[in-house]
Amino acid sequence: MYKKPSIPFKGTKTQENELRDFILQEKDVPGALMPVLQKAQEIYGYLPIEVQTIVADMLGLSLSEVYGVVTFYSQFSLNPKGDHRISICLGTACYVKGADKILEALQEKLGIKVGECTPDGVFSLDSCRCVGACGLAPVMMVDDDVYGRMTVDQIDGILQKYISKNHEFRKRKK
Amino acid sequence: MLSIDELNKIRESKKKLVEMRHHGDGAPKGCAYKYQVLVCGGTGCTSSGSKKVIETLEEEIKKNGLEKDVHIVRTGCFGLCSLGPIMIVYPEGSFYARVTTDEIPKIVEQHLKNGKVVKEMLYEQTVKEDGTVISLDETDFYRKQLRVALRNCGVIDPEDIEEYIATGGYQALAKVLTSMTPDDVIDVLLKSGLRGRGGGGFPTGRKWAFAKASQDDQKYVCCNADEGDPGAFMDRSILEGDPHSILEAMAIAGYTIGADKGYIYVRAEYPVAVERLRIAIAQAEEYGLLGDGIFGTDFSFRVELRLGAGAFVCGEETALMTSIEGHRGEPRPRPPFPAVKGLFGKPTILNNVETYANIPQIITKGAEWFASMGTETSKGTKVFALGGKITNVGLVEVPMGTTLREIIEEIGGGVPDGKKFKAAQTGGPSGGCIPACHIDVPIDYEHLMALGSMMGSGGLIVMDEDTCMVDIAKFFLEFTVDESCGKCTPCRIGTRRLYQFIDRITKGKAEMEDIAKIKELCAHMKSTSLCALGQTTPNPVISTMHYFEDEYIAHVKDKTCPSGVCKDLLKYQILPDKCKGCTLCARNCPVDAISGAPKKPHVIDRHKCIKCGLCMRNCKFDAIVKK
Repeated sequence: MYKKPSIPFKGTKTQENELRDFILQEKDVPGALMPVLQKAQEIYGYLPIEVQTIVADMLGLSLSEVYGVVTFYSQFSLNPKGDHRISICLGTACYVKGADKILEALQEKLGIKVGECTPDGVFSLDSCRCVGACGLAPVMMVDDDVYGRMTVDQIDGILQKYISKNHEFRKRKK
Repeated sequence: MLSIDELNKIRESKKKLVEMRHHGDGAPKGCAYKYQVLVCGGTGCTSSGSKKVIETLEEEIKKNGLEKDVHIVRTGCFGLCSLGPIMIVYPEGSFYARVTTDEIPKIVEQHLKNGKVVKEMLYEQTVKEDGTVISLDETDFYRKQLRVALRNCGVIDPEDIEEYIATGGYQALAKVLTSMTPDDVIDVLLKSGLRGRGGGGFPTGRKWAFAKASQDDQKYVCCNADEGDPGAFMDRSILEGDPHSILEAMAIAGYTIGADKGYIYVRAEYPVAVERLRIAIAQAEEYGLLGDGIFGTDFSFRVELRLGAGAFVCGEETALMTSIEGHRGEPRPRPPFPAVKGLFGKPTILNNVETYANIPQIITKGAEWFASMGTETSKGTKVFALGGKITNVGLVEVPMGTTLREIIEEIGGGVPDGKKFKAAQTGGPSGGCIPACHIDVPIDYEHLMALGSMMGSGGLIVMDEDTCMVDIAKFFLEFTVDESCGKCTPCRIGTRRLYQFIDRITKGKAEMEDIAKIKELCAHMKSTSLCALGQTTPNPVISTMHYFEDEYIAHVKDKTCPSGVCKDLLKYQILPDKCKGCTLCARNCPVDAISGAPKKPHVIDRHKCIKCGLCMRNCKFDAIVKK
């Protein structure tokens, strides 16, 4: 069932224009819905119902059809992501090497479950299926940084790096 | 537009450059550079920091004024991902492993400037005890390998079409377009015995013949690059290391069946592969190797890229096509088969990346060459992604019929930490396991099938004695529960029920009669599910239950987990004679479940313990055990 995300939609006009331009350009390509949703997620970071409505209207599809596709694929997200996105690979190679323990420890430390975002919006946590870095298992990704051969003891150090990065970033913004 | 003459000219002009990169070859012959440094730019090595290595290398070479002598090439995957970042220097073929930026100045100074190989930084297996350096091909990891699909991975720069042409690239397409009829191509494929590398093992030639026989004004060629098996990454490596071989093979397919349009459906989780494909398509179009009137003939072919969005079921052919069409990736019943009614309702062929990668070589080298490798029914080679509890993690390509023992013990370097090999899992969530007693089985489609496993796309996960087989079955079910598309009931409900059964076993809540119920449910799912995902979901359960029934019974009857994995069945205990009372465990316990006076043996309160294992990891005296 659809549950409204706890953080209200903050899309801007610029974002909307960018999306609309892209849709106009892709509209007549057969099977355009997927590339359009991928672009929309790139622009907004997630696909709230407001964005899905724009897509549905412009492609001449019903909202339920768009929603059906969005919820079918695991890469599309209905919830906003944190400033830093953590994802733990739960592919077979990583699992055999204990990735589940890393994930468990992270959930405990952050106080959130997989798919959620910390209340301060700093971290969001996801699990993924094989990033293809099996040689480095178990693997954790924070944004685009890959941390291989993870152990539970390394978690605090890595998180701290992003917390201080984030702190500075916010200070500068003020 | 490029003519065949021009293609040959490019080939000649770059030939020397690429030829130098053959492992263990002597001095450079007529190559403009004194040295070539190949750095792996695959996902594994990039994660280990190969980008910084390349940057530092460029700086150092500039500093030493060696720009004219040294050519840096960022290649695709070499296969030995656990040793990344990897760097090879030719002509010697010196293999530097786990290169750090601090080591670069020394390598540049000593090796590239003064011509002295930095032995202590080489991969230890390439330096013999007496100090002589051997080539990479002679190491345990590469010696038994035969690289066909991976031949260009780690050899050429995937972002330069001319390097692909220099290795004989697009010659097969030229040959097909100028001297072969579509029936000739099908004939060669049939004679070669090539079978689909994506899992099913259907003869590729027959698939193409069906699509050719279908009459329609529009046909399509699709490439399945939605490599969803967790633990398999050979397709990613081919896309990253040799993208043009896929484009060339798809064009050949287009000519054969009469299609002018191709789609590559690739996982969005592979950003490097997507980027390299984009570059490859743009370059092929620029050179006129894709587009209208290729090589001056009237054949036209274009390729479009489509990104997946993370749905395992889209690896199934009909689901993949539904997804390209812009819908939920749900499979449809077959027949009609895609060769008759596929993408947008038109005749379509779909092959996976590794299958395509073989085709240009089969055309140029001939069906007999390909058929000379492998076993009676399975020809050619197969790439495996070796992972799990194994020393050499990485990609290996071996002739079909190589035994599991050769792959694990010789190429893979065996199970680390002196542990015992327990089983190998092939075929991902659709496959099964091969227990230690069958380690001498020759690997081909039929043998794996007979053992209740399958080739799948080639993930090969090695497990040691610390792996609980019930837990592994549960792991795969968790995956399929998540990935079942929900269209048909046997799969949607069946996966969930099966998961609940196995979950109860791992929690010690199951009864012996559950085992019979599980077997019945598995049989129903196999015979009634709509697509291969549902039909093969029971495989990991059936196979582990078949080979490790005693482990299941231990969980059900004795409520113990022999491998010490299933948390609910574990008990942590402090051995009083070993405990020194250092209080470290008590101080670290997150739930204060450990008590005891300093310098006296401590005790764990089982009711409070959450079995996190922190105490055991911290204990310096090995006084804590789990049972």
